[in-house]
Amino acid sequence: MTITISKDTQFEAVIGLEVHVELSTATKLFCGCANDFGSDPNTNVCPVCMALPGSLPVLNERVVEFALRIGEALDFDVPTQSVFHRKNYFYPDMPKNFQTSQYDQPICMDGKLEIQTSEGTKVIRIERAHMEEDTGKSTHVGSSGRLHGADYSLVDYNRAGVPLMEIVSRPDISSSQEARAYVSELRAVLKSIDVSDVKMEEGSMRVDANVSVRPVGQEQLGIRAEIKNMNSLRSLGRAVDFEIARQIALVKSGEPVIQETRHWDENAGKTSSMRSKEEANDYRYFPEPDLVPVVPTDDMREMVHSSMPELPAQKRTRLVDDWNISDSDARTLVSNPELYEFVQVAVSIGGTDIAKDATSFAIIEVAGELNEKGLAIDVAPITSENLAQVCTLVANAELSRNQAKTLLGYLVDRGGVVSSLVQELGLKQVSDTGALEAIVDEVLAQYSDDVAQWADADEGKRKKLQGFFMGKCMAQSKGQGNPQIFNSLIESKLGN
Amino acid sequence: MESQALEQAKEIDRKKSAGETLGALAGTTVAIKDNMATIGVKTTCASKMLENWIPVYDATVVKKLKEADAIIVGKTNLDEFAMGSSTENSAFKTTKNPHDTSKVPGGSSGGSAATVAAGAVTFSLGSDTGGSIRQPASLCGIVGVKPTYGRVSRYGLVAFGSSLDQIGPFARNVSDAATLLDVLSGYDPMDSTSINKEYKPLTDVLGSDIKGLRVGIIDELKGPQGFQREVLDAVDETAKLLEKNGATVGNVSIPASAYGLSAYYIIAPAEASSNLARFDGMRYGLRVEEQSAALTNEATRQAGFGMEVKRRIMLGTYALSAGYYDAFYAQAQKVRTLMINDFKQAYENFDVLLSPTSPTTAFGIGEKTQDPYQMYLADVCTLPTNIVGATSMSVPVGVDDNGLPIGVQVFAPPLGEEVMFQVASAIEEQANYNAVPVVGAF
Repeated sequence: MTITISKDTQFEAVIGLEVHVELSTATKLFCGCANDFGSDPNTNVCPVCMALPGSLPVLNERVVEFALRIGEALDFDVPTQSVFHRKNYFYPDMPKNFQTSQYDQPICMDGKLEIQTSEGTKVIRIERAHMEEDTGKSTHVGSSGRLHGADYSLVDYNRAGVPLMEIVSRPDISSSQEARAYVSELRAVLKSIDVSDVKMEEGSMRVDANVSVRPVGQEQLGIRAEIKNMNSLRSLGRAVDFEIARQIALVKSGEPVIQETRHWDENAGKTSSMRSKEEANDYRYFPEPDLVPVVPTDDMREMVHSSMPELPAQKRTRLVDDWNISDSDARTLVSNPELYEFVQVAVSIGGTDIAKDATSFAIIEVAGELNEKGLAIDVAPITSENLAQVCTLVANAELSRNQAKTLLGYLVDRGGVVSSLVQELGLKQVSDTGALEAIVDEVLAQYSDDVAQWADADEGKRKKLQGFFMGKCMAQSKGQGNPQIFNSLIESKLGN
Repeated sequence: MESQALEQAKEIDRKKSAGETLGALAGTTVAIKDNMATIGVKTTCASKMLENWIPVYDATVVKKLKEADAIIVGKTNLDEFAMGSSTENSAFKTTKNPHDTSKVPGGSSGGSAATVAAGAVTFSLGSDTGGSIRQPASLCGIVGVKPTYGRVSRYGLVAFGSSLDQIGPFARNVSDAATLLDVLSGYDPMDSTSINKEYKPLTDVLGSDIKGLRVGIIDELKGPQGFQREVLDAVDETAKLLEKNGATVGNVSIPASAYGLSAYYIIAPAEASSNLARFDGMRYGLRVEEQSAALTNEATRQAGFGMEVKRRIMLGTYALSAGYYDAFYAQAQKVRTLMINDFKQAYENFDVLLSPTSPTTAFGIGEKTQDPYQMYLADVCTLPTNIVGATSMSVPVGVDDNGLPIGVQVFAPPLGEEVMFQVASAIEEQANYNAVPVVGAF
């Protein structure tokens, strides 16, 4: 069924993401060279990764183990055997002039990842994940910085042969928000299983987006374009939004969308054509005869299975259940391992009773403040012990929440000993009912006109009055009165 | 090379006078086909592309030779990148047959075969992708072995057809070939396709009784088309000699071998097209500088590769192209499976198989260079072994009317080297081949 396009036609986007992740193994995929970011050019090379004549690849078993971990984490099937293929094309930064990759028998098949969208949980199916080697890095020297118009190019082969996993989603993503949520969750998962440092900015995680649009209700997919060169979540979102809008405009004006690869220009905020399908390489894939099929042993599968850490989704569920915190706070903690560690230590000291307070203080008062200062939590003056003590004081009603915030602000700045700071800053909360009752009586006497309105006031009005008296009582106690006790005293004295 | 050889010789003298244990090859001289990496010594593959390439590492076989106290005295000529059957495709030199200098020595390991035949070295190494050891061994009247795929490490052998390539020995007799192959055999963690297994010394099986062994002559590899009468007769004679010594002889069919040549000339060029892609003028070897990387690549390959290499790169590229893969490469792999099954079936009734090594004795220099297909036919008897990954060897048994050597090929199943050497040594003993080359140290 094709739908006639009018200016009112509603469109939907269909997006699939191809994510390349550099694995953080100690050595490269097929040789013993260090897999090390930032070494001097061409120092981590050998006959194998330079493709000297006669050299042969030997598969790094750790890469298979990492691939199996990814298989577990993303709920993939890992078939009995997978096969390496050669992907043939010429490029100076690829020493063999073919990339050893996997083709129709990848190590991971049919996985999935749950993401949170504005409409709730959505499952994104993942078609496959396969092992392959990275290329070297070309630097084009000249005014433009790009190949076109360069005076000459330099190639650093340190990255050649670094292990990659390419993770290919199904086209189940329908907006830039979902694309970002998918990548962000994928990043959290890969980080939690310690297979990559997943830094988009440094290129250890690279995302290409296949984007197409179609009228809502049409089953047939539109022609897709592949977008490359997004270096952050933000640029991924912008590029996808731009591309969706570009394609909708084309379709509406009756022009065809061309199947091609497009380059995202972050500064210009738009995509431009890199190469069309007709110019695409014929990769002449065939099974790599220098390697034998990859057959993970049962022992290896079992070892990987039994050593899987808690995944982000599991961790969030546990935190929501055990710590009684909100899903959004759990999300913040899980996506921020250092902050999680900070709170986790506090909770282990103060018990799960303080977990909720510890979490919200840590996110708002501590992390919020540190963000502004551009300071990392592990080097900040405040400690987990500090947080635990402050939360315990609040739990024991010895400190009001406002006082806790003041105290935490102080600790974030300068650190210190909680008990002495409480004394020094005069932050002790007064919970002695007798002393607080005297203040309440005094305030009610002083504002007798307002008290007189109470009897006939409706609920809203009463709330306002109560807040007013509360404020006066807190002021009278110099902020040290226990607000709960004040409240119940005020209520009981005013009666119904 | 010369100084390395003298050093090695001195070291052996020192060990000897110090009473130290000597390696299995101490005192012997070895030549190495120039497509195996030798540290500090040019490894050209007989190609302009690598005319001045000096490896920074030794091939595993070269390491093993050195450890066994062999003295490596030279690198030998070959068809460029081991592509050819006459050594005429060398970019540098023409190698002549020591039995008749107007004839080719065979190929692609022609230099290694001629060197041994002429008595210049004790043994030599060749590589065999479709017959490149056995066919020149046959044409030069010496013993040449293509070991089971994975028995000898390929690390350091400049790849031609990776799933077919195998390094093996040339020697003047079966015993020397066994001695050298024993040194070369063994697992190498640097070659993923190397077999992880301990081998019984082949020198132990030589001369043992062949009574009761079953020998099959392969129907499809005895012509008549293109086969020299004397060559076919030599196979029958050899069978009779074996029969006289207690073996039983029969005929056997390998039906899929009819497609062997076609399958081979798809698989080998396909792999070669990819293996030779690395020669782009960027990192080593010839570089013809042009305005861009792509143009430099093109000009370098244009100038660096010879005709036959270019022909095979084109054939292979075509066979792997989108739309043709299923018709060619995938089909050839099916033939491979069929041939494996055919051989398996044959070995249910036979212990070894027999055929000519080469359809003809040595042909004239220049005789087949204009007709690639005729040249390709020179390997029709040898390439099935590579396709199925098994082992076979050529043993000299006699000469034709012109005094040119004739070789007979003995086949065995994968890792069947023991029974193959057992039969080869019986053939050697019975045939009593003793043709003397016109060139050489005799």
